[in-house]
Amino acid sequence: MSLAATVDTPRITPVADRAILVVFADDITEAAHEAVLRLDAALQDSAAPGIVETVPAFVSLLIVFDPIRTDHNAVAGLVRASLSRPAARTASPQIHDIAVCYDGDLAPDLDDVARLAGMSRDAAIAAHLAGDYSIFMYGFAPGYAYMAGVPESLRLDRKQSARRGVPAGSVLIAGPQCLVSTLTMPTGWWVIGRSDATILRDDPERQFLFDVGDRVRFRRVRRDELKGPANG
Amino acid sequence: MRFGVPASGPMDRIAYAAANRALGNPDGQPAIEISLGGLRLVCLSGEIGIAVAGGGFVVETGEIVTGSWSVLNLAAGETLSIRPGPWGCWTYLGFAGRPDVAHWLGSAATHALSGLGGGALQPGQTLTIADAAPGPAAARRIPCPVWARPQDELHVVIGPQDRFFPPEAIEALSAQAFALTDAYDRMGVRLSGPLLTPLNSLSIPSEPVLRGSVQVSGDGVATVLLADHQTTGGYPKIATIIDADLDGFVQLRPHDPVAFRKVTADRALQIARQRAQIHQDWLNGLGRG
Repeated sequence: MSLAATVDTPRITPVADRAILVVFADDITEAAHEAVLRLDAALQDSAAPGIVETVPAFVSLLIVFDPIRTDHNAVAGLVRASLSRPAARTASPQIHDIAVCYDGDLAPDLDDVARLAGMSRDAAIAAHLAGDYSIFMYGFAPGYAYMAGVPESLRLDRKQSARRGVPAGSVLIAGPQCLVSTLTMPTGWWVIGRSDATILRDDPERQFLFDVGDRVRFRRVRRDELKGPANG
Repeated sequence: MRFGVPASGPMDRIAYAAANRALGNPDGQPAIEISLGGLRLVCLSGEIGIAVAGGGFVVETGEIVTGSWSVLNLAAGETLSIRPGPWGCWTYLGFAGRPDVAHWLGSAATHALSGLGGGALQPGQTLTIADAAPGPAAARRIPCPVWARPQDELHVVIGPQDRFFPPEAIEALSAQAFALTDAYDRMGVRLSGPLLTPLNSLSIPSEPVLRGSVQVSGDGVATVLLADHQTTGGYPKIATIIDADLDGFVQLRPHDPVAFRKVTADRALQIARQRAQIHQDWLNGLGRG
């Protein structure tokens, strides 16, 4: 039987011939996510030979390496050495101000969300705006930045069935998570608004709007204040 | 992958590299990936050398009917037709010249789900090749090594979420036969075979995944994640296929059988190093040819 993963004794597992997965907890906790970000930052600073990429998630960090240049044991050793050093300062997070329009057809699930949460539509909007959001990880598809911070009162399990053709820029919630989609796709999350935030950018210096660890504040706007195709 | 973007790129990376090397192109030059749908194109002007490598496709231009693993010349007015042949799912059309295509994040590869990158070719679309050089007067063969053929026995390292599976499921993975299904695209391929039903696993926080992950949904059905895979997933991964086996794996067709062979992570690493050397030596040989 494997032991429970903790922040002090993470579970380190080989992944095929070219990665290790470091897991700091079996459930999502703030402390485990901080440990992920600390290790991620430490490995990025170390510029160790043979590390191809580190991929942060909620409670785990995948470290992909070049099997020609290093191996599982060497990379696991690097991880243990990083963990035993005092925590390095991580870069101070940016705060992003993201516009959302909650108008009817841009927020097809908002009435259901309000009803299930036992509040009015306006109260549901206020609750969403009041959340303190931070980027936990990117996942699923390019630019899908998972934020944690949906207030307790608005946390719902994902829907029984997916809604198809949900446009890019949709503001989605499920449980404690929120994200702004970047592609037209089916989703089982609740569609509660539309944003004009450009997460995939043309700027070669910063191809993605958010870094993992950044914070987000949502700001309510009228439909005619949104840039781009959602307006009109 | 840290921004949700998988490595993407060619499904069969060795065949793609062969198409470029056979023409003396630098590695990583954009090429066209062709699936079982095939491709027809007309050379509108000029003259250019082309290489087709990967799978056993049928390649036809003018009087010449040959197979993939060929280098030939294409001149204005000639039609090139590439269609599925006896084996394989993917082939690569390389050009002696630089295709003028869009890049995203330093790559011309196309992320199929989003269309980001070089972009999928559409019927009627015109492709411009800069600095085109003519090909050989008579078609030349590229030797197709045995390891570029479809591979139906795959080395896997168990995990990283094997703790969510009962011992019977881990045993079944390597003891029983599976097959590819028609649910096959650049993101992944669903398998048929014994159900590998996980234990209570619905609450796993999403974890990053690798190309080659064998992911199992709640009902026990396994899916192998491929080039355009999602970068994180909440379904448990019972095992991960070693990288060197994936190029041969994707050349299997739907309904072909496949078996998994368990190896340790150390053994997987040894195989990776041996294969990398073999591939490198072979590609270097092509460059001199």
